[in-house]
This record gives sequence, C-alpha cells and structure tokens, in this order.
Amino acid sequence: MQKTAPQTSDQSRPDDLLLAYANYVAAGGAHSDEMLGTDGLVKPVWASFFDHLSRLTPEDLSFRFARGDQYLRDAGVLFRQYDETLSTEREWPLSHIPVILDEDEWKSISAGLIERAEFLEFVLRDFYGDNTLVSSGQLPATLLSQNPAWLRPMVGLGGGSAHLLNTLSFEIGRGPDGRWWVISDLVEAPSTAGFAIENRIAMSRVFPGFLNHSNIHRLAGFFRNFQQTLFAVKGRTKGEIALLSPGPMNQNYPEHTYIARYLGLLLVEGEDLIVQDGKAMVRTVDAAKPISLLWNRLPSTMFDPLELDPTSMLGAAGLVQAVRDGALKTVNMVGAGVLETRALMAFLPKIARAHLGRGLALPNIATWWCGQEAQRDHVLAHSEQMMVGNAFSTRPLMADPATLTIGNGPDNTSADSLEKMLRTAGRDYVGQEAVTLSTTPSFENGEMVARPMCIRISLGRTADGWEVMPGGYARISAGADAKAMAMQQGGKVADVWIASKTKLPASTLLSQETQAITRRSTHAILPSRAADNLFWLGRYVERSEQNMRQCRAYYARISDGADHNDAIPAYMRAHLMDNVAPKARDITQRFAEPLTLGLQSASRINDRFSPDGMMALRGLAGQIQAFQGRSSLIDEIPVEISSLLRQTTGFSGLVHENMYRSDGWRFLSIGVSLERAANMCSVLAACIGKDAPTGALDLSLEIADSVGSHRSRFVVLANTASVVDLLGLDLQNPRSIRYHISRTKDHIAHLPRQDTGHLLSEVARQTLMVETQLATSQPDEITPEGLIQMRQDIWDISNALNEYYLV
Amino acid sequence: MNYNIRLTITHSYERPAANGRHLIRVLPKSIAGRQQLSNHLLEVFPEAETRTDSVDFFGNRTTTCTHITPHDDMSIRLACHVEMHPPPPWRDVSPDAETVCQQWQASRDLGPESPVHFLGPTLRLPPNADIAAFARDLHDPSASAASTVITIGQALYEKMAFDASATTVDTSAAEAFKIKRGVCQDFSHIMISALQALGIPAAYVSGYLRTLPPEGGVKLAGADAMHAWVRAWCGTEMGWIEYDPTNATLVSTDHIVVGYGRDYSDISPVSGHLRSSGSQRNTQAVDVTLL
Repeated sequence: MQKTAPQTSDQSRPDDLLLAYANYVAAGGAHSDEMLGTDGLVKPVWASFFDHLSRLTPEDLSFRFARGDQYLRDAGVLFRQYDETLSTEREWPLSHIPVILDEDEWKSISAGLIERAEFLEFVLRDFYGDNTLVSSGQLPATLLSQNPAWLRPMVGLGGGSAHLLNTLSFEIGRGPDGRWWVISDLVEAPSTAGFAIENRIAMSRVFPGFLNHSNIHRLAGFFRNFQQTLFAVKGRTKGEIALLSPGPMNQNYPEHTYIARYLGLLLVEGEDLIVQDGKAMVRTVDAAKPISLLWNRLPSTMFDPLELDPTSMLGAAGLVQAVRDGALKTVNMVGAGVLETRALMAFLPKIARAHLGRGLALPNIATWWCGQEAQRDHVLAHSEQMMVGNAFSTRPLMADPATLTIGNGPDNTSADSLEKMLRTAGRDYVGQEAVTLSTTPSFENGEMVARPMCIRISLGRTADGWEVMPGGYARISAGADAKAMAMQQGGKVADVWIASKTKLPASTLLSQETQAITRRSTHAILPSRAADNLFWLGRYVERSEQNMRQCRAYYARISDGADHNDAIPAYMRAHLMDNVAPKARDITQRFAEPLTLGLQSASRINDRFSPDGMMALRGLAGQIQAFQGRSSLIDEIPVEISSLLRQTTGFSGLVHENMYRSDGWRFLSIGVSLERAANMCSVLAACIGKDAPTGALDLSLEIADSVGSHRSRFVVLANTASVVDLLGLDLQNPRSIRYHISRTKDHIAHLPRQDTGHLLSEVARQTLMVETQLATSQPDEITPEGLIQMRQDIWDISNALNEYYLV
Repeated sequence: MNYNIRLTITHSYERPAANGRHLIRVLPKSIAGRQQLSNHLLEVFPEAETRTDSVDFFGNRTTTCTHITPHDDMSIRLACHVEMHPPPPWRDVSPDAETVCQQWQASRDLGPESPVHFLGPTLRLPPNADIAAFARDLHDPSASAASTVITIGQALYEKMAFDASATTVDTSAAEAFKIKRGVCQDFSHIMISALQALGIPAAYVSGYLRTLPPEGGVKLAGADAMHAWVRAWCGTEMGWIEYDPTNATLVSTDHIVVGYGRDYSDISPVSGHLRSSGSQRNTQAVDVTLL
C-alpha cells in the first residue's frame, strides 16, 4: 500500500484540515489499521468522528484534552507505579483519540468471547473437578501439578451447580489479515470495567458534543446488570457484598475504590476480615458484620495465608475454609487464575475442538509448550517468528520484559542458547507467535501517529448468560513496537467506542453513565481499619498544623532580629521542638513529615474520603515540598508558613463543611481534637513554667492563634491565670484543651457500642474524667506538672479508643 | 508392633493473643497393610471455639481450631495407639532415573499419590545449583532409581552433621547445605531437592520416630521430637519408597507416618495466625513407647 495521507471520500473538505493529519500513515503491508482501510481511506465507522476532529484547531484540541485530564485528576484516577516501598502516582495516560469499532464487527467479537467464556468455565470445572482433561491425555498432568496457580485446597469444588466464573476480561488484538486473536484470558482480578467507565467519562469531557449526539453505545447498562449479577450470586444469604482489594500499594487500587463506590460495594482489605464461627466477617467499629460475597481482586494464592501462600499479608486466615464450607461465595472462584497460564494456550484450541466439535471463533495466539518434543521442535524451527517465555507465567508474552526473541530486538537471544535452554528445561517454556498488531491513531507531541494496540473487554454473567460490555479500553503502545504496551513502559489507554448503525434513543445519553448506581450505602459500615486511618489522618494533619504555628512563631522572632540562641528561640527548641537543630530545613521538617504521614493515611481510605479533601492535602504537600526546595530568606519564612496555614485551614473547612456526619467523620474529628488538646497541654506547660523566659505567655497565645481572643476577653496584659483560662479551661475557645475534650466526649457518645446501660465504656469514662477535671479547676490550680499528666491522660483516651474500636 | 504416642505442643504468648486460627497436623495416618491408628484423642487447650477435622489434598488429617477471645497460651495434646506391620522384604525393581522420568512424564494421574506433585520447586524449596551439583556428582545414570535414593541419602548422612542449634524452622535447604548442619527437616529438604534435580519425584514425610534405646540403656521419656524423612518415587512398578537421611536408613516399623507433602509447609505440625503484640515461645514433647 502507498504511504498516503488519510482521505475520506468527502472531497469537499478543505485541504488545510487534512494537512493537520498528513503525517498519519497506515504503515501498510504487514499491518492493518483501525482508522484507515486497506484502500487508504478513512473507514466509514470513523468518518463522522474524523470529520469532527478535522474541524478542531490544535488549540481547541489541547484545550479539550486538558479538560479530560482535569476530570481524571479530580476524580482521583491515577496510574500508580510502585516499587517495594514506595508508590508514586502518575497521571492516567489517556490517549484522547478513541478506537472506534463497527457494531457488526463487535457483535461477532462478542459472540466469540461469550463462546470462549463458556468454554473456560468448562475447563475450570474440570481442573477443580474430575480432571478428565488430564486423565484422557488432552493436557499433560504437570501443567496443573507444577502450576502455582492450581490451588490444591480448592480441588473438589469444581462440581457444584454454581458458576465458577462470573466476570472475565479478554485482551484481543487484530492481526495483519484483519482477524481478531485473544492475547490473554484475564480471569483473576482484571481491572477493566472501572477504567473503561472512567475513560468514557473523561472522553465525554473531551468530545462532549460529539458523544452526546453520536450513536456510540453507552456503558452504564452493563454495570447495572453486573451489579444485579452480584446480588444474584449472593442470593438470599445474609451479609454484605465486599470487594477485596490488595490495598493502596497495588497499581489498580484507584480502580478498586472507584468500582466499589460506583456499584455500592464495601471495599475491604484482608486486614479487615476475620473468619469467626465459620463465617467471614468484616471487623467494624460496631460489631463484626458478616460478608457473604467477596469480589476477590487479590491474586488467588494470596487469599488465605493459612492454606495458600503462607507469606501473604493481603488475605485473611480461614477464608478458604469458609469458601469450602459454603459460608462464603467469591467472584470469581478462588483458583480460577490457573486459566491464565500461558502454557495452557498451547492446548486450549485442541481441547475446544474435542469439546465443541469445532474450533473457537476467537482463538488465542498460536502457542507451543516446549515440554513436548514435537511442540518444542516447532518452536526451534520457527524461532525467528517466536516470542519465548516462562510456561507458568500469567503475563501476556508481548508485555513481559522477560520475553525472549530471536533476531533484531534489543533483547535478542542467540538461536544456540535458545536451543540449549529449550532442550534442557523445555517444560518451563512456551513459544508464542509474534503477531503484528493493528495500529490506531494516537497523538504524540501534537502529531497524529499510528501505534499498535490491543483491546481489553469485560464480560459479566447475568441471569441471561454472559453479557459483553459494549466498549472497553484499548492499550496503545508507546512506540512502533507492540512491546511498549504496558503503562509502566509509557503505553497509553484509549476509550473504545462501538458505533451503532441506528441512532440510539436519547434516554440512554451520557449523563446516565456519570451517575453511580444508587442503593443503600454500605458506608454505614465503618471497618476498624478505615476508622483507624481517619483517626490518624486527623491527628497527623493537626500535628502538622500545630508545628507550622510553632515554626511560624519561631521564625517571626528570628526575622525580627533575634538570634537562634536567644532566650525564646532556645527555650522553644528545648521545650516544644524536641531539641531540633536551628537549621531551617530541620525545623520545617517538623510539619512536612506529619503531613506526608497524613497523606498516607488518607490514601488508604480513598473510598471514604472526598477527592476534594485528597486534592487539598496533595496541594498542601506539594506546596510544602516547593517551600522546602527553595532557600527562602529568613524574613519570608513566616509569610510562607502563613500561606501554608491558610491552605491547611482550607482542608479543615472541607472536613467540617462538606463531610457527611458519619462515624468516620467522628473518628477524624476525635483525632484532630485529641492531638490539639494534648499539644496545647505541652505548650501551656512550657509557657507557664517557672523557668519560662519573658514573653513565653505571649508566645503561647500566638501559637494558639488566640491573641485576639485574649484581648477581647481580658483587659489586662497576658498573665498566667488569663492564659490558662483562655487556652486551658474556656469552653468557648476552639483552641482550648477543654473545648476539644468536650467535643471528644460528644463524638464518643455518638459512636456505636456506647449505649451500654449505666456503665460507661472505658474510653467514655476516661474522657469524662479529664473533662470533669477541666470543668472543676480554677486557673491557679493548673500547674505545668498537672498539664504534663493531663497530656498523658489524653493519650490514654486515645489508647482506650484504639483498643475499643480500632484494633 | 504397637506404639503408644504422646505429644504435647505448647505455645505461650508474652501478651494475650486473640483471633487465633491454627491448622494442626499431628495425627498418624492409617495406611492399609502398614500402620493402623486407634484409641486416639487430640485435645486443644483452652478449648477451641470452633474445631473442624478434615482431610487435605494429600490425604493428611488436619484439625482447624479457632480461639478468637484473648488467651495466654495454647496447648495441643495427642494420645494414640498405632499398630505397625513390617514392610515386605526389600526388592529393588526400579529402573534408572531417566526411565523414572519418562514414566512420570506420561502420567495422567492427578491423585494425591501421583508422582507429578513432587517434582519441585515449591515456594519453600526453590531450585539450588549446589545441591543439584552434589546430586549429579554422585549419580550413576545406569544405577536403579532406588539405589540412587539410598546413595544420595547415605552421602548426605555422611556429609551433614546433626545439630539442633545450627538451624531454625525457617532455615532454607540451601543455607543448611552450605553450613552442612541441621536437623531432620534440613536433611529431608536437601535430599528432596537433590532427588528432584535428577528427575526423581520426592516428597516430605512428617511423623514420629521410635528412638532405639542404646545397648542396655533406658528410653528417655519426652526426649524425642516430631521427625521428618523423605519419600521417593522409583517408577511405576516399585512406586514410593521412604528413606530417613538423618539416620541413613530405609524406613521400616520405627517410623510412624503422620502425612506427606511437597515440603515442610504442606505438613507442618502446627501452622497458625493470630493477633498478638509480644513474643511467642513454643515447646514440643513427644513420647513414642513400644507396648
């Protein structure tokens, strides 16, 4: 095929619009392209979109792209990269150009995938049932017995009437001849659906007019049906439906939080779960609550450290037993991940022919298992067209950095070493045909380029059988090579549009997809772990704020000409700042660090904390980082800290103005109050001490932001009694110890399990004791020693709260 | 021969432990024609809040116990009788290791006795080049698989020193092989790894050992601990044989089988999870007396 600029048959289009895309050339020959037909013309299904695109100026486009990206940021859709200790968040790499498929083609893809899904159910039943595929010689026994994904504790559970698979994803790609192939069967925790809907909403910000008036199929119906499926699987059993996530260190965690929120499911981690009296329960601040269905998003081997991988920190001991006893249902079956084994692909086509009497309509990429002589010899004879990799891995070969290729690649292997490897350890390897994937348009540096792509499609089982999501998401390679598909390697994702031939009814327009499906909110259930994180979020943010106020007071004095060794600065460092060095960096670290910890707490409860709150925290952390990176003039430090404090106040405002008055809010508020009260004990104890330098009382008012209040409440200059009154005992001052202990008492009274008749819970009793002491003390009865003891009593309240609710 | 077995395992916690869940595998198997369990009683103190007895994939008897409420210690007590029958006279009908390899490759059996489960590696027992080299150096490709098993076991016995203080329950086979010291668990893991390197399927056996009293001596009660040895598959005709590398002997009526696994993790006497903030101390006492 000639390398030509794309054209549509619409000859009336001005040439300069075409020029914008003149660089887009279908690579021709070995490729097929999604947008351009073999004739070099834009395919009819793309025509109206291409037309729409052609009418936009480059400025227009970048504005629209930015709007889509803004949505993703606001919604907290991020791509997490993580190594062992640290997870970093990157922007979600949305390619703003969709992949558009014709409805008829989609129908045949769907039919093929449904057939494949049914077939996989049959294979899985056999693997955990009678093992006839092995006993009849259709599958080598070692492909299961040596397979870490075949879970022996689940053997025997393949026989029941319930379906083992309820949700599946497939990754498919189009070969040079235009046919579709399955690249991977994604059985275990595929993160497709949530990302697909997020991409779609973002795209509706990029091309609002076009999507609203086009004939692109909507996604919301699929989710409604899938939600019903989950309820159907759960059946009439009592208990919640929960999504079991590996937690924030997992790169798909944002999808887990999103889909849990969208479908109204309880989001749990292994730590939340306990198996008690044979039932899986979620530990909450109230009593433990039963779970009857887990949508498992852990790798199955991690599901239960007692019976599966003993090193797993992600699952919970006893879950497998609960499943075997029928007390807990899971979607999908724990152990279903065995279907993802690469080597299995070498046998599925044959098994399918034996089982169905014909080949699968959507076969997987041709694969050979090198544990059998004939297959190994085939791989060696055709090694130039092969990718070779571990037989038991579940990663698609083309996305796996460990994959070996013979020939020109940067990671090429010599044919000799390959032969030696396959002859000595063939059982551990598979060869797979290196398929050339079709290309699709993607914008790189303002230019439209053709990039290889594959599509991820999600299926859900409904009462009427498998249903295919009418869309999905495409993964687009960062280069001309299909190996750069993974997001870690710079790959992008794109929304997949299925274009209907007929106009779709207006009632299914986009606004619907943006509305989460409504049902009774499971947020009424507060897992202990979530409460713990909210409590610590409150404490850390408050600690950070307190330390900002101290630092500001410190630097206000330095910039007024005081020396670091003058009385007040030296006293502050010794009594309030843990003898920190007088270096600016060390001092600011005192508020930067708690904020980082607060952010970590917040990121563990993404599903319960508002994206706005999260953004405010991130903004604050970013500002602190920038502040620490600059070598500010001493004079500017107090001003800069004041600006940080204003932003912190913004965060508190969000919490108090916007957060629903749930138990979670109460734990966060208690965290703030206890931290502030305890801190104020320290500040007061230091500033009314016998050896406190002159000016210490004013310092305490300044740190407590109560200079104005003091002026209006007392006509005199600050003295010990007036300061103790205002910062310690005054119920009307939101900076006083008493104010926060009283608030804590009120919050605790509203928490579950406090209505225990005439006996107070330990945490309520301890709070009341501190409150009573404050309410009945005269200012002159408050001593530094008494304040130090009170701080200890306040931490005892925290410990009692922890013991009663949070562990 | 009849044995009386008594076992006490105690876990003591520095601070009260809660949410405990334990999997216990200490009850001898009944194996037709070889050993027969009777009069058994397995007790757990404090009494378990829930207790389930079942049989795992490999046919081992397991007991699951939960103790949700806080407790200071947990002990497991077993008392039972086992009747042992002597094995048939030793007759080596095994082919060479290469043939054994071809035989399991052709296996279409996924049952618990099938050799295909015991080819390694496992999480606990990753392949080790040193152990593999040791096995290959000793290996005579023309020798029968069973005689290879004995050769390897004997060589390990000579190479390794029994030393209860050198390794812990978590020591890897590679590490124990490097320091040439260890206990029955280490000997067995190394031998499994060595045999698998030659293509001979090998399993971990957990059980009890009657310690033969020294000449004229008296058996010390409670001096024994639970023991471990190796099971190796020597082809379709000969099937499984058992060898104890710690004592350099083929297994007979002195070895009472609790169960089989791919490595220690599959058949550890007690594995568990609980919530506790302090340290934990474990003790074990075993008494295997001939009636």
